Amino acid sequence: MPLDFYLNVAAGGLLTGLVYGLAALGLSVIFGVVRIVNFAHGELMVIGMYAAVLAAGSLGIDPLLAAPVVAALLFAVGYGLQRGLINRFIDRPDHMQFILLVGVAMVIVNGLLIAFGPDSQSAQVPYAFDAIEIGPLLLDTTKVYAGVGALAVAALLFLFFRLSLTGKAIRACSDNQLGARVVGLNVERLYALTFGLGAATAGIAGCLMTLLVDVRPQLAPEYTLLSFIIVIVGGLGSMGGALLGGVLIGISEAMAGFLILPSMKSMFSYGLLILVLLLRPQGLLGKRP
Amino acid sequence: MTTLFDQLTARGRVALGLFALALLAVPFFADGYLISVITLVLWFAYVGQAWNVMMGFAGQLSLGHSLYVGLGAYASAALFVHFGVGPWAGVWLGMLAATLAGAIIGTLGFRFAIRGVHFALLTIAFAEFTRIAFDHIGWLGGSGGFFLPVGDAAGANPFDLRGSPALFYYVILALTFGALALCRRLLHSRIGYFWLAIREDQEAAQAVGIDVFRAKLIAVMISAAMTSLGGVFYAFFYNNLFPEQIFSVGRSIELILAPVIGGIGTLFGPIFGAFILTPLAELVTWGVESAGLDMPGIKQIFYGLALVAIVVYRPEGVWPWVARHLRLVHQPGDQPSHRAGDRP
Amino acid sequence: MAKDAGTNGPTGLGPMGSGLTRRDFGKATLAVGAAAAVFGNAPAFAQDKVLKVGVLLPRSGFLAQPGQACQRGADIAQTLLPQLGFPIEILGADTESNPDVARSRTEKLIQDGAQVIVGAFDSGQTTAAAQVCEQRGVPLVVNIASAPQLTEQGYRTIFRNFPTSSALVGNGLALMKDLFAATGKTPKSAVFLHANDTFGQANKAALDKLFPTLSMPFAAPEAISYDPKAQDLAVEVAKARATGAELVIVTTRANDAIMIVREMVKQRFEPMAVVSPGSPGMYDEQFYKVLGKYSDYCITNLPWYDPKSALAQQVGKTFKEKFPSDRYEGYAFNIGFTFEAILVAADAFKRAGTGDPAVLLDALRQTNLSEKIMFGGPIQFDEKGQNNAIASACVQNFKLRPTVVLPKASAEADPVFPMPGWQKRA
Repeated sequence: MPLDFYLNVAAGGLLTGLVYGLAALGLSVIFGVVRIVNFAHGELMVIGMYAAVLAAGSLGIDPLLAAPVVAALLFAVGYGLQRGLINRFIDRPDHMQFILLVGVAMVIVNGLLIAFGPDSQSAQVPYAFDAIEIGPLLLDTTKVYAGVGALAVAALLFLFFRLSLTGKAIRACSDNQLGARVVGLNVERLYALTFGLGAATAGIAGCLMTLLVDVRPQLAPEYTLLSFIIVIVGGLGSMGGALLGGVLIGISEAMAGFLILPSMKSMFSYGLLILVLLLRPQGLLGKRP
Repeated sequence: MTTLFDQLTARGRVALGLFALALLAVPFFADGYLISVITLVLWFAYVGQAWNVMMGFAGQLSLGHSLYVGLGAYASAALFVHFGVGPWAGVWLGMLAATLAGAIIGTLGFRFAIRGVHFALLTIAFAEFTRIAFDHIGWLGGSGGFFLPVGDAAGANPFDLRGSPALFYYVILALTFGALALCRRLLHSRIGYFWLAIREDQEAAQAVGIDVFRAKLIAVMISAAMTSLGGVFYAFFYNNLFPEQIFSVGRSIELILAPVIGGIGTLFGPIFGAFILTPLAELVTWGVESAGLDMPGIKQIFYGLALVAIVVYRPEGVWPWVARHLRLVHQPGDQPSHRAGDRP
Repeated sequence: MAKDAGTNGPTGLGPMGSGLTRRDFGKATLAVGAAAAVFGNAPAFAQDKVLKVGVLLPRSGFLAQPGQACQRGADIAQTLLPQLGFPIEILGADTESNPDVARSRTEKLIQDGAQVIVGAFDSGQTTAAAQVCEQRGVPLVVNIASAPQLTEQGYRTIFRNFPTSSALVGNGLALMKDLFAATGKTPKSAVFLHANDTFGQANKAALDKLFPTLSMPFAAPEAISYDPKAQDLAVEVAKARATGAELVIVTTRANDAIMIVREMVKQRFEPMAVVSPGSPGMYDEQFYKVLGKYSDYCITNLPWYDPKSALAQQVGKTFKEKFPSDRYEGYAFNIGFTFEAILVAADAFKRAGTGDPAVLLDALRQTNLSEKIMFGGPIQFDEKGQNNAIASACVQNFKLRPTVVLPKASAEADPVFPMPGWQKRA
């Protein structure tokens, strides 16, 4: 088989993996700071997808352009969720948080089912069938846009946490909650901000994903699980790790599917997850707790 | 030597006795629908009880218990279909497979000091890994499903687990009470106290010389073996198995709801939780239908909201609260010993 | 009321003429009917005016999409069948795509008076319902579910008016040969892409078993299975392309069909045709909406509604009235089989004259329905409860519409094979 087949498959996996990575990044940020495992993460992402599809369908706005608005919407959802509900669960054990978010997820998925029906919907973009040719590579235009978009958003988020005062405060809060309180930070507000940011990131990932995938409510649990695998592989709480994990999962699934059997490809993701958990439980780029 | 339910008050014992009698009498007065619903309730009570051994007693969160259900189901069904071995013989292979799987996950997880959320995800990963693997095992039907021949619905052949709904009802009822008795014994055994010590503070338990690794491993293995028995029941009750359904994450989530809602770490919590949840689901369906809301999905919304409400307002579970208010268990101070089973 | 009474009497002699109201008549005949039941069935004396049909479908959960499409068939049946002289009352239930729920919902339906159950789209949920129906002696008419085991497991109350996966694939492959013969073009190699779920794997098994017996013009296709939940089929299509096959055979679910064709366009993979031996996907409304011109010329060989059947046209008309903004063709398959399943039950009831399950079961075994929607001979059930007379049609997409191109007798247009390249479309 000629080499360019492999290259194409790997490149496609890489670009898709970046979008997965962005979604996982949102999850990672939330966990890193609030210490809540957001089991409704895929659901937030799918809300973002529906918002993008609605914008594209009724207003003709490209999902890439709709992303900032969707991000604001999801930020509000996340902020509200944290303030109203999740905040009181911060010190509760894992399984209680889990059941709470399972309940929230159930409400979201079925709300979407009632609102939008079970048929899958797509955002029609004029470049949906285009491909970009770079040397031996034939890359989907949609995948290139989505992958580059994911990188850009991840970079913005990174800069926010490094440079802005709020970002620094959130990081302080993550490093030492008590300390943050002592120096007078409003921890509850920072938590809500973080959850909002995580949700907004998931929302943007959803917008980008609509370029690649048709949306239906039942996608949500799949994305939740996928985000988890990625985050654990990359390192829960590590931003670079989430992106790296996404890319790794993207490429390894693509290659496993290509070389072995596509229907067994997610077995490799789980295999990778198990390996990482055993050999490096803090994840590839995570810090030892 | 303690009696079986000595932390119950007199009133509690009467209530339990009445409850058991009522359950025994169900097939004599209930219609098919009710028997079906209560069979489902008892199934969730049983596997919830099994999960509770690992989480409630030893504090190890598993979100992949569907793995053990599936292994038990497939092992016994394969023996029955391919070799004509009845379920009560097949049960042993199912339990062996599940115990082994539990031992592997436990060994790996505990040896590498994986805890909390990470351990929970490890259990999910193993369950999902197995699901996809079973999708590709042609001998067991793969993703196309594995089908058992249908038995005589009117008959009652408890040896081959073929027969009427009443037969299945009594089998799962016996399993539920058996599990309750077993858990009660476990809790008040040496290993039970080790578990509680580990659950409350693993480092302290280690410090006083408890072999933490071994104790946790035993919890996982017992829990897995018990759960696999629920799988055997499932296989013969439904007569068909699909990896997609039996190993699904959704099932793992479903089966931890009862103990969490009922009260983790308590003996009656899983049973009580199951008796709240399944009827709640039926009630919501009924309510939605009588309100004329013909919207697929609306039921799950109410169900989800109910779950949220319960975990928000009754974080320790519903059973401890009910038991306290109805004075079914001794109040703190009544009786200094045997507090373990029902934490207030 | 008049309409009801006129249509209800199986003898055709309206009791209205006797001056009695329907209720009085019913009371008067009750004793006679009961006596008659002892001595054998008495179709002349209707004990039940209306058949209560429990329709069990996955209307939420991961099968919500086809489940809700099937539900439309039930809605149409509720409107249309009484007008045609088949008084029915539909009790609906949602399985939530979960066999546990399917089981308890079936119990509930029977509890609420359902005399026959119709459902349940998916093999797993159908067997869950079959358990209950078997225990209660209530007939189950399967609308859609293709696992061969369903009618092989030993249920005595199950009736399936849907092909088994082996019949489906056998008919599908035979039609491919017809297609090659009709167009005079034959591909030299093929590749088989299928979702690795119940349906896909059953198709794969059927293909493996049947292929050697069919003397197809190409070697057994290499099979590439993919996860039915996959969100991206780029790899799968790349792999198929790498085989250099001239014909792409697919067994898809719904969204995967879109993903496959979209990837083929992007990867510039130009086979002679994309053919499905009977799976959903390429005639779904969504397929046309998303793919537009690229949806054209894809072929599905599947049981299809006979465009020349009077009943199919009536159902189409009712669909238009009920769902004016949607296209019949996009839902016709799910609607057709769900409607026919309810019709089968209603017809048996009409002949039996009673909803008594034992009598109804007997009447179902005697079913011989030629007024139907889908292609194939009259609906009859063998001793296992399987209808073996369901034929497939070769349906090709033209101008965003599924169009029957084979068999010749019912064809609405001529087949186009090989299809024009992706880039050559206007």
